[in-house]
Amino acid sequence: MNFSGLIQDFGPLTITGLAQGAIIALFALGYTLVYGVLRLINFAHSEVFLLGSYACLIVWGLFGLDQNSATPNMVAVLGYLLLGLLAAVVISGVTALGVELVAYRPLRRRNAPPLAFLITAIGASLFISETVGVVTKRNITGVPPLIRPTDVVVIGNMHVTNLQILIIVLALVAMFVLDRFINRSRLGRGIRAVAQNPDSAALMGVNKSRVIALVFLIGGLMAGIAAVMYDLKIGVTRFDAGFLLGIEAFTAAVLGGIGNLRGALLGGLLLGVLQNYAAGLFGTQWLHAASFVLLVLILLVRPTGLLGESLGRARA
Amino acid sequence: MRQVLARAIGGLAVIGLVAGAAACNSSSSSDDAASGNCGYKLAFFGALTGSAANLGVNIEQGFELAIKQYNTKKGSECITVAKFDSQGEPAVAPGVARNLVADKKILGIVGPPFSGESEAADPIFEEAGIPTITPSATRVSLSANGWKTFHRAVANDDAQGPAAANYIKDVLKAQKVFVADDQSAYGAGLADVVKKTLGSSVVATDKTEADGKQTDFSAVVQKVVSSGATAMFYGGYYQNGGLIRKQLTAANWKGVLVGGDGMKDPGLAKAAGNNAATGTVVTCPCSPPEKAGGTFVADYKKQWNVDAGTYSDVAFDAANVFLAGIDAGNTTPEKLNTYLSTVNYTGIANVYKWTATGELDPNSIKVWAFKFDATGNTIADQEVKTS
Repeated sequence: MNFSGLIQDFGPLTITGLAQGAIIALFALGYTLVYGVLRLINFAHSEVFLLGSYACLIVWGLFGLDQNSATPNMVAVLGYLLLGLLAAVVISGVTALGVELVAYRPLRRRNAPPLAFLITAIGASLFISETVGVVTKRNITGVPPLIRPTDVVVIGNMHVTNLQILIIVLALVAMFVLDRFINRSRLGRGIRAVAQNPDSAALMGVNKSRVIALVFLIGGLMAGIAAVMYDLKIGVTRFDAGFLLGIEAFTAAVLGGIGNLRGALLGGLLLGVLQNYAAGLFGTQWLHAASFVLLVLILLVRPTGLLGESLGRARA
Repeated sequence: MRQVLARAIGGLAVIGLVAGAAACNSSSSSDDAASGNCGYKLAFFGALTGSAANLGVNIEQGFELAIKQYNTKKGSECITVAKFDSQGEPAVAPGVARNLVADKKILGIVGPPFSGESEAADPIFEEAGIPTITPSATRVSLSANGWKTFHRAVANDDAQGPAAANYIKDVLKAQKVFVADDQSAYGAGLADVVKKTLGSSVVATDKTEADGKQTDFSAVVQKVVSSGATAMFYGGYYQNGGLIRKQLTAANWKGVLVGGDGMKDPGLAKAAGNNAATGTVVTCPCSPPEKAGGTFVADYKKQWNVDAGTYSDVAFDAANVFLAGIDAGNTTPEKLNTYLSTVNYTGIANVYKWTATGELDPNSIKVWAFKFDATGNTIADQEVKTS
């Protein structure tokens, strides 16, 4: 164990961990929202993210940008970023809706047992990921260097770059808007009502199917934002990029309290930072093992996650 | 039943190739055999299709060129080329190998190119007693199976580690080196040898997950930056190598990334982007094809209309070793194998002399360093010493 290394690199490990955690948190929202409303783990959510990560690359590719392009000027970068975000958000949102319509809704109509949903979720996930694998010949796709990381704040050996700030701020803003939407808007009240008690909500005139579709859509939009941030941070995507990050995002959702939006944010940031600390302390090969041991320990103390499962129980 | 199935699949795979060579087969019948040891076949065994076909085709074309030149010199279709497509897959290779050994006119085999398929197919060649020369399979343990027909025409992975370490020490003159690997048999083995050779100049180490199992290397990158290292050795494959290089560059680390032949692939530049990848050094137990002696480079280009690739020259030499043996009257696989045990053949890429286990004579071991250029390709840098 390398305590001196961890202490020495504590600052840098924290900031890079927060950036990775912000991506995980946005990704985790999709799991948490769907679970909060349907008590269903949408395993196909990782592919919602995956298609988003390709969508922005395809749009940037239309402008002739690839991993070897030079970094464009500020105005162009902003334009590309917005276009990329738009493409990713639209494709991820449509994919999430598509999965709900094709894989879940028909089963719900027939009152299928929960196990059937799990299988169709895994089926949809594999179908999308393998199709992308065949189309891309299982090769990696590089990301254009739209943002060249430059130091904005330097404290000791901690260098905070523009990209890290962008990722963290964007995640916080997206989260804040979503939190407002769920807690303040009429549609948000509908979501909470269905989460609390689907039958009473239906009796009160809430359109359950529309709420469920809305929940998938919102999860997809957030995954789309996460996908663009992932592309910019990691610099490469491939057909199975959603798989491992999906597991981490799901873990983050459970860590914070599945069904709880703020829990997803807390869980994501915490997981990102803890993974980095574990890598610093024990070596990078222990990154996943250490963070999952921690997850088990936290769940032993707080079985419902750090903030509890609260989407349905939130105030009306 | 499984065996029957494997044969059937293997059979299907080679039918096309055999059909293509059928015309030649009929002309080189037994009446040629009477004059000057003709009427026999040499086989190429390796990937001609599939994801790894590029390397297989490089090797097959070098091999076939040697036989074409030999036949031109003889003035007849003396030795026939037989091609067997293993797809580079250990699961496909045995079926194809059984088809190969059924052809009693085949005296020797150039291949298999990869270590995995070698482990699957070499026992079948050993049983049939047909000598093989692999131009590129580098897993160290291949020569430890007691196969009498196994011959390796390049250095194995044990030679690469010291070479990479020497490059870091003598050429980059790095005082502080960071060493990491992907925990694979290949990567960890290589990194351990590098650590041992570099000794105290290794300031810090780490291990990552394998390709596809990790994409965020923040922690590794931070350790490299904090260690003050000016060079990093990574034992692993090109995808992780490229991602690490990209993220190191993003963290403003100016040092040089060094890796083994697992990173000698344009995929590294694809992952990192050509800008970040430029200057990355990879070692390979191969000589640059353009450095081959004689008229090989021009002949190859003329015959195939592409430049000779990695290991084309070694395959050319391997075929010529066999041809020289056949020409000297070794016209059964057994005799040819015995001939290989004592041969001392000077080819265009190297001098070939084998130890009892089929390894190249230590004096012939060569490792070259290559560098990624601004177009994302690897260009030859220099030969490095392996001890």
